[in-house]
Order: sequence, then C-alpha cells, then structure tokens
Amino acid sequence: MSNKRIDQNGPFALAFHVLLTAFILAPLVVVVVASFSDKDFISMPFDGASLRWYREILDAPELISAFWLSIRLAFASATLAAVVAVPAALAIARHRFVGRDAVMAFLMSPMMIPHVVLGVAFLRFFSIMGWTGSFFAMVLVHALIVVPFSLRLTLAAVIGLERDAENAARSLGASRFVAFRRILLPLIMPGVAGGWVLCFIQSFDEVTMTIFVATPGTTTLPVALYHRIAFLSDPVTTSVSTVMIVGTVVFMFALDRIVGLDKVLIGKK
Amino acid sequence: MADAALRQSSAPWLLSLPSLLLFVGLLAVPMALTAVLSFHVFEGMRGIQPTFTIANYVQVLTDGYYYELFLRTGLMSLGVTAICVLIGVPETLILAKMRPALQGTFFVVILGPLLISVVVRTLGWQILLGRQGPVNSALLSLGLVEEPVRFLYSMTGVVIVLTHVLLPFMIVAIWSALQKLDGQVAHAARSLGAGPITTFRRVVLPQLMPGILSGAIIVFTLAASAFATPAIIGGRRVKVVTTAIYDEFLTSLNWPLGAAIAIMLLIAIVAVVLGSNRLVELRFKQVFA
Amino acid sequence: MSTMSLRGLSKSFGNVQAVNNLDLNVEGGEFLSLLGPSGCGKTTTLQMVAGFLPPTAGKVLVEGEDITYVVPEKRDMGIVFQSYALFPHMTIAQNVGFGLEMRKMKRPQLQERVGEALSMVRLSGLEDRYPSQLSGGQRQRVAIARVLAIRPRVLLLDEPMSNLDAKLRGDMHVELRALQRRLGITTILVTHDQVEAMTMSDRIAVMTGGKIAELGTPQQVYDKPVSEFAYRFLGQTNEINGEISVRDAGSATFRVGSASIPVEASEAPQGSAIKLFVRPERLRICPVDNSKVKGKITTRLFLGGVWFYDIDSDIGRLRVSAPNLGAAQADEGETVGIDWNPGDMQIATPEVANG
Repeated sequence: MSNKRIDQNGPFALAFHVLLTAFILAPLVVVVVASFSDKDFISMPFDGASLRWYREILDAPELISAFWLSIRLAFASATLAAVVAVPAALAIARHRFVGRDAVMAFLMSPMMIPHVVLGVAFLRFFSIMGWTGSFFAMVLVHALIVVPFSLRLTLAAVIGLERDAENAARSLGASRFVAFRRILLPLIMPGVAGGWVLCFIQSFDEVTMTIFVATPGTTTLPVALYHRIAFLSDPVTTSVSTVMIVGTVVFMFALDRIVGLDKVLIGKK
Repeated sequence: MADAALRQSSAPWLLSLPSLLLFVGLLAVPMALTAVLSFHVFEGMRGIQPTFTIANYVQVLTDGYYYELFLRTGLMSLGVTAICVLIGVPETLILAKMRPALQGTFFVVILGPLLISVVVRTLGWQILLGRQGPVNSALLSLGLVEEPVRFLYSMTGVVIVLTHVLLPFMIVAIWSALQKLDGQVAHAARSLGAGPITTFRRVVLPQLMPGILSGAIIVFTLAASAFATPAIIGGRRVKVVTTAIYDEFLTSLNWPLGAAIAIMLLIAIVAVVLGSNRLVELRFKQVFA
Repeated sequence: MSTMSLRGLSKSFGNVQAVNNLDLNVEGGEFLSLLGPSGCGKTTTLQMVAGFLPPTAGKVLVEGEDITYVVPEKRDMGIVFQSYALFPHMTIAQNVGFGLEMRKMKRPQLQERVGEALSMVRLSGLEDRYPSQLSGGQRQRVAIARVLAIRPRVLLLDEPMSNLDAKLRGDMHVELRALQRRLGITTILVTHDQVEAMTMSDRIAVMTGGKIAELGTPQQVYDKPVSEFAYRFLGQTNEINGEISVRDAGSATFRVGSASIPVEASEAPQGSAIKLFVRPERLRICPVDNSKVKGKITTRLFLGGVWFYDIDSDIGRLRVSAPNLGAAQADEGETVGIDWNPGDMQIATPEVANG
C-alpha cells in the first residue's frame, strides 16, 4: 500500500521535470566543460583537457582590466543605489503623501524600459555632456538601473517591521535620528544588504545598456565577452565565463545567508 | 499608527530627493533628449543636424523593412511567450508538489541562472547549438535528423535560447499566483466528483490565469527588448528591433533614425503592458477582489 | 441513511502515529462528532475517510462496501472545509451546481436542485454573485448548499465554523443540526469546540493521541466518562489524589492526608493510590455539620449564570459551581461545608483504550 497523498508527482511529471532541469543547466555545464579543452577553438566535445584557457586569461590584460572595472563599477553603483533607495523606501513605506504612487512608479520605471532604449538615451546624453568614457558617469547610470532592486527589497524589509520598537525607543528618550540609527537601521539591514548584493550582481551582469556607453577605457567584462563571442570565437570566453559562474554561485550563497534566496528571487515574505 | 511628528509634509520629499534628483537628471532628461534626437536629421557626411523633421518616424512607420522588423520581433516574442507558458505551468505545478527540501534546491537551480550574465548563458547555447555541437550530434546519432539542423543564425535558435533565458520569470509569476490559492479548493472539487484532470481544467487553471497572464506580459516585453541573445544567436541573418537600433547607432551612426526606432519600441512595449494589465484587471476584478 | 465503519484505521508519518487503530461504527442518519485538541488525529481521520490520505492500515466502509482506496471523486461524500474552499472564479450558482455537473445532471434539473439547495440555507437570490462579494457567514452557507445539492451518502464537516464569530456560530449550530435532522444524512463533524460537539451531536468520540478516549452520547461523555482525558477535556473538573484506606463488601473509604470520605465500591484494592474526579456542579455548599468535608473559600467568581467558589478543603483544592439564583451563598474567607451525591465522585482510567 503506497503512502502517497493523492496530489503527489507521478513518474511522467518527474521525467518532465528532469528534462527541464537539464535544459536549464545545459548551457552552463557546457561552458564550464568546454573551458577545459586544449584546442585552439571552442570545441565540444573534446579529447584533450588542459588549463590552457585559464592561463590565457592572465595573458589577456584587457579582460583582466575589464574584470576589475566591472567589480569597481558594481560596487560603486550598488552602494550609490542603496544610498538613494533606502531613504526613498522609508518615505514610501512610512508616509502617505500626494504623489507617492507616482514616485514609486518613477523609481521602478527602469525595469519597464528596454535596456537598449536606455543605452541609446545615455549614449546621446553622455555625448552632449562630454561624459563619454567617464567612469563616474557609468556609475550613475548603473546605479539608476539597479535602484528598483534595492528599493523593492528595502521596502519589503521596512513594511515588514512594526513601529512599536522605534516608538518604545522614542518614549525612552531617543531622538528620531537615534531611533533610526540604533533601532530601524539594524532591523532592516538584512533587506538592505540583500538588496546591495542583488544590485551588485545585476550591475556586474548588465550588458545590453552598457554596450552602448562603453568605451575602450570603460569596458565591462560582459561587454568584453560579448565582443569576443559575437565577432571572434575565442575559447578564453569559456574560461572567463566559468570564473563568472563560480563567482555568482559564491554570491548566491552569500545572498541566501543574508536574506534568503527565495525572498530575493520570488519576493516571498 | 501615524506618528504626528513625522507627518510634516516635507519629510517624504526630502527623503526621496536624492533618488528623484538622480532619476530626473539621468533618466527623464536623457529620455527627453532622445525623443528630441528622433526628430533631428542625419546627413551622412555632416552628422546630426538639429533641425526638426518627422521623416524618421515616417520611415519607420511606412517602410516595409521596419514593418517586417517589428512584426518579426512581435512574433518571436509571442512564440517565446507561448512556449514559456506551455512549459512553465506544468513545471511550477510540479515544483509546488515537491517536498520543501527538494523544492528549495530546485528553485535555486531554476532561478539561479537569472543571476548569471545573459552573455555567459548565450555563449553556452552558442556552443550547444553549433553545427558540430552536442545537440546536433545527439539528434544525428538518435537518427532524428539526417543532417545537422541550422540552429545558429536562425529564428529557431533565437527562440530556444530566449525561452531558456526568460522561463524563470514565467515560473516566478505562476508561483506567486499558486501561493495565493487555497489548497482545499482542489480537494473540494475532487470530493464533488471531479477527477484530477477535470479539477485542473475547471478549478486550478482558471485561478492561475491572472498569474499566467502577468508572467506572459513580463516574458513578452523582455523578449521584445532582448539584445545580446538575438545578436549572438541570430547574428546578421535574424534582425530584430533591438539589433536594428544597435546597427543604426554604432554602425550607420544614424542616431536620429535609431532614436526613432527606440522610441517606437518603447511606445509599443508600454502600450502592450498597459493594455494587457487593463484587460487582466477588467476580466478578473470581480473574481479576485 | 448510510452507515459507516472504521476498522483498525491507522496512519503513521515516519515515527509519528497520528491515528492508532481506530474502530468506530456510525449509524445511518447519526450526527457524530470527533472531538479533541489539535494533534489528536481527528483531522487525519477525516482526511482518510474523505480519500485525500491513504491509511497505513485498516479499512473504511460505507454501507458495508470497502471504500478505503476508492478515489475521492467516487466516494459520494459531501465535505464542508474549514476555509469553505469555494471556487473563487465561479458564481454562487456555478459553485453549488458543480457537483451536479460532475454527475452529468441536465440543465433544468440542475438549476432546480441549485435553487432548492440555496433556499435550504436561505441564500436564494445570490446566484450570480461571486464568493469575494459575500460575507464569511454567507460563504459558509454556500459551502453547505454545495454539498446539500448532491445529496451525498455521508456529510463530513471539517471545523467549518471556526472562522465565524461567536454569535453567528451559535446560530449555525442550531440551523445546521435542524437541517441534518430533516434530511437524515449521516454526518461526521470534526471539531475542537466542546460546545459545538455537545450541541449538535447524537454521539461524541473524544480523541487524543490518535485514539478514541471516550464514546457516547453528549450526556454520557460529559456526566459519566470512563477516561481521565474526557474528564479533563470536557467542561471543568476537580481531581483528588489519595488512596483507598478501608475496603469491604459494599463500600470503601478514600483517604487524602488526614481526611477521609466514603466512596462507592469499586474494584480498586485496599491501599492503592487512585484519582477521584467530580465536576464542580455536582458539589454543593452546605452547613458544616451536614457536610462530608469542609473548607475555606479562597476566591469567589461571578460569571453571570453561575457562581464559582474555590475552596481550600480537607481533601484539597476544590471548585464548586452553583447556579445564580440571586445572591451568593457565601463570602470569600468563610468556612463552609461541601456535600455531594456518592455516585457523582468517580474513578476514571488513565489509559486510553479504543471505543
């Protein structure tokens, strides 16, 4: 006698699921495996394994500098995004004011605008302002693109809080600012930190918009990869990609520790 | 509980000021400038002329090439959306019935790739779908085809890869809708005489529709806005709106025309989103108030 | 009027035994409640009867037919769920008619049945509304109408009134009971609410730890339970620890410390330590000379219809309740006597046997 409830997955369902999982993982697995080939071209399958293409990374200074640029860019834009989004989240969550919905929609709008359109707009804007090739300008636009992520996660953290703890602090003599710094901020820190990590990842990965504003001196890693993939066929792209995959997995663990992956990816409470 | 001291009307605006400054300066202004740019003229040798003309829009709206371009992009997005719905619905239901431990793991597996750059994922597909790649080798050795299928530089390949990239979004949308369902409702249908298939068709699926539709809207707009995937997998042969914009801006240097196409894309997407949202609201308002 | 039998029904989840070898016979047309605290196994039992959970062992029979492994849609049982489980995307009429659709009833007849069911719960006229437009009480009635429409052999109610407010709940108890009597459907109610069980049932099965501790009419189960659990779970009770000090043919003496009281003859041998149970309403305050024990009133509580007196007596702390006939019988701090009828103080068994 089986112990199964009436609504458990049957064998067809599980087979479908396995196939789908394979579909999802296939490209990532292929990239990682292909990175260990010793051939001069990207080959799958292959017979000789080597770390040749990992060593090649060291001989590709443009890739290494692109990597560091991406790191610095992601760090700066995630931080800037948090700095502007946290107060905005407080305003939206805690105050009823005329135009609140409009502000929220405005700040979330980058998610609705195609990144190609944003790239084009920024390209034009930079050329008018003379900001082409400016790292700082790129930080600004990357921050803009990732603000919605920080805003969403911080909002969830603030909304989930009850006011009582802060009110208790105020009644005990703490000023508004002290109550914010000592009570509210620590409590929403997981949401803010999770938002930061998500922003970092999104900025690091961003390619479509960045292609338009990147210059030889300000090329991010995904953009550098894109050019090599689209126009050459350089196996070093596989090893660099593998490094990126591994790095992302590490970050995913960090994200899970801080905030819980399900909250980030699905927005569960 | 309103905190009277904080209810000064200036506080929220002060708090929002930094983000609003950033957005007005770096979003609203550039977008406006782009709109202005679309009305300029481009003369091959002399570059962009700041005169006013609607010639770019006329070209985009009347030239058969652009009509085809938008149509192709729209159909591609529709195709990707349809496949994502067909695959996403069963998969989400399967996930929902798993034990929590397994469920968590598979969520990470299915949603995790969202955190990896689309360039990396597309590279993987470029390797997989090549003429001598693993997919064709498998198809050949299984005897399903007689010669390698052209996936790269074809719409088929683009659709496959876009489905891969966007499927997680569909699953998330359906999952959110599924969470709001009362599990006992399906049991009620069974107790009243409905078998598992009837229960799914008459009771579960209708309740999931709002989630499916919202997922479809997201997938459609992301597919229509996608750049890296059509560029790498589609190459020169499969042109969509986004790659056409890229060509105008970075190859032909006809920025005004590129801007016009970009604005048209934006308008089209906003129209689709707002229109569909309205439709969903109207149809389901009574039911899911 | 269908009978139902549970024979040796068991369900375990890993190491946890949720339902343990349950035997129960339900008469045709009877209203039987499974009453117990959360975790006692009552809901698990219902799920097995409904077909949503397969048992680890045992059988479920309806009219003598073994339906243990029959799929839910073929069991012809009407279930009212705790959350009502209405179909949010269907109108009230479509909800109520769903079971009839599944039975392939023709439209005119179906509509007539739907109208009939809705009028039985007094919701005629709301056919075209959606569940989201109805109040909680109305939704519950729709859930009831939905099962009445299919005229099932058996009715299963899974704590259907726990989401209603107290006044509405009281009204529904009476209404639902009247409806069930009129239609004569065999009904099983799962609940943790004793008032609900006692108001509505022909018989109550008090459950704990996956077993039935007590089975009988509401009065049997309340007044003369056999198990300690039933004494403690239902109403209020006084528990007195002591030992049998003297025992002969017709009577015995029960000793607590230095005090002794007579008890009815029982099988308990001399010297054994036992517990006696007596309900507050069976004790009465009387003059000290006429009493079996005496004590000082430490607290007096007024609850409108009754007075409660907490008394420090010779045999321990006792609570006495008396109907409110105007004035209280005594004040806090007074020493009073307590008396009772001999048969009202009982020994109960700690083990939970089945049935």
